Amino acid sequence: MQTSEIIQVKNLSKQFSKINAVNDISFTVHQGDIYGFLGQNGAGKSTTIRMLLTLIKPNSGSIKIFGKDLQHNKKEILKNIGALIEKPDVYKFLTAYQNLKIFAQLSGCKVSREMLMNQLEMVGLANRAHDVVKTFSQGMKQRLGIAIALVHNPDLVILDEPTNGLDPQGIADIRNLIKKLSKEFNKTVLISSHLLNEIEQVATKILIIDKGKKIIEGTKQQLLDPEQTVVEFETIDVDYVKSILKQSKWNSETITSFNNNISLSLPYQQIPNFHKFLVENNIVVFSLHQRNNLEDYFIKVTKEKHVHTI
Amino acid sequence: MYTLFKIELYKIFKRPRTYIAFIAITALIGIIQLGLKVDGKEYISFVLGDLSNTLQINGNLCNGYFVCYCILQLLLIHVPLLIALIAADMISGEANMGTLRLLLSKPISRTEVVLAKFFAASVYTILLLVWLAFLALFISIFIFGTDDIFLIKNNYAVQIAANDIMWRYAGAFVFAALAMLTVTALAFFLSVFSENSIGPIVTTISIIIFFTIFSTMSIPLFNKIKPFLFTTHMVAWKEFFDLKVDVNNISITGSIYRPDKIINSVVVLLIHIITLVSLSIYALKKKDILS
Repeated sequence: MQTSEIIQVKNLSKQFSKINAVNDISFTVHQGDIYGFLGQNGAGKSTTIRMLLTLIKPNSGSIKIFGKDLQHNKKEILKNIGALIEKPDVYKFLTAYQNLKIFAQLSGCKVSREMLMNQLEMVGLANRAHDVVKTFSQGMKQRLGIAIALVHNPDLVILDEPTNGLDPQGIADIRNLIKKLSKEFNKTVLISSHLLNEIEQVATKILIIDKGKKIIEGTKQQLLDPEQTVVEFETIDVDYVKSILKQSKWNSETITSFNNNISLSLPYQQIPNFHKFLVENNIVVFSLHQRNNLEDYFIKVTKEKHVHTI
Repeated sequence: MYTLFKIELYKIFKRPRTYIAFIAITALIGIIQLGLKVDGKEYISFVLGDLSNTLQINGNLCNGYFVCYCILQLLLIHVPLLIALIAADMISGEANMGTLRLLLSKPISRTEVVLAKFFAASVYTILLLVWLAFLALFISIFIFGTDDIFLIKNNYAVQIAANDIMWRYAGAFVFAALAMLTVTALAFFLSVFSENSIGPIVTTISIIIFFTIFSTMSIPLFNKIKPFLFTTHMVAWKEFFDLKVDVNNISITGSIYRPDKIINSVVVLLIHIITLVSLSIYALKKKDILS
């Protein structure tokens, strides 16, 4: 499906003193993408995001958002962006409701009590709406930060480490919210994180940067070595199944087992055929899933210096 | 920008620290008034010194107008510290809290941010002076009553009739507001460069102390720079309490001895304010927000 380009970054660079924080980065984010921005600490993620939000001026390169040059259409573009930048810092001496109201007004949207309370309800803070933020936990501040990012119904949402400080349920809620924003409301989400698992679970496209340089960009499936997809399934008689596999075309040195689980590597495109093979051989399967190995991949690619684009 | 201005005012008056200055001024003025109420006559004798031997002065010398003048002389040197508490925090406080990045990623220009914040800090400054005026003038009149004001200058004395004083105070307070807005602009400018408010507050006060020393010391080297220092002009409110005299050396009611000095000081202070606010806009526009 052909989608419009929401963010177009070309040859973006930023230098602080003698340090190249961002070095000639280019990437494109399309409408409806959940674009994962992945990199180790100090890789240049936050600097890039701050340049997208006009907080830092690039030394060179261009940024177009919604097809317009950011430098010359700042107000118009920022009106349609919601952002959570690094930490959810808000006015601690104000209540959650007051903070949300202030930032909604600054975003140029019409504010009503109902709208603000709905927003707080969405992030699970409605019952604490009138408590001052200094009494909030880190997770609650994070939720408020997300509410502030979304309160003016922006088309582009930029979230820098959005699950920091959240408990497992909170992380799952945010993950579902991000997916919902993209699927149901066709919002474009740029999410940055050092938590590979987080990016892996929500992103439709991933950009990995290291030491200010773009390492690789592509879909999750593209980034994972297509010849090395690990498939894991749960069965009953592990030894029997392993013997069948060893006599078949799926025989490989990668077959391993643990308890009732068997895993093996195979090309990503072959997963449906493998599934069919198991069914045809009457092998009892309780579950079958692709075990992503983005973490290994991330560590591997950040050691390399060359730029790849798939 | 009006929305942003309202939000900035809202934030200022929601913070407990805002009220420290109001409480401090109330306490200080209360103490001065209490002291003058109890020992006012002794203080007047001290102020008049040898003059009390050569002049017979009848009436209520320790009246509300005189008390207000004393309070202004004492407090207008210290009010800048209270103003710096808020003005120096306007940008640096946001950087320190981490809210500056959120604020500047909204669809508002940095020029609007600076102007809205400066105007909000200016409203705080003016309200502080209005409060000071209310306590120092009106409460003093209520406690001490009214009469002519008798002031001792360097080598002469000035007597101003009770019915010729109120407009002078109005002028003095308006002028004081301008002087304090210069301090606001300075503290505000310094706050652009810092990520916590302590630095700009201390720097503002240090600059005022240094400049005040330069302004008051009669050393030829300092005399050359004096006309350019805002501290030299901040005390020009006293000119409202100096009268012209006619050929018979009788003071002329409704006159000001050196109105040109007031006008000159107003111009210098306005130039300072405009320059400092313009520099604040320029500095914030150039700044990378890393906080």
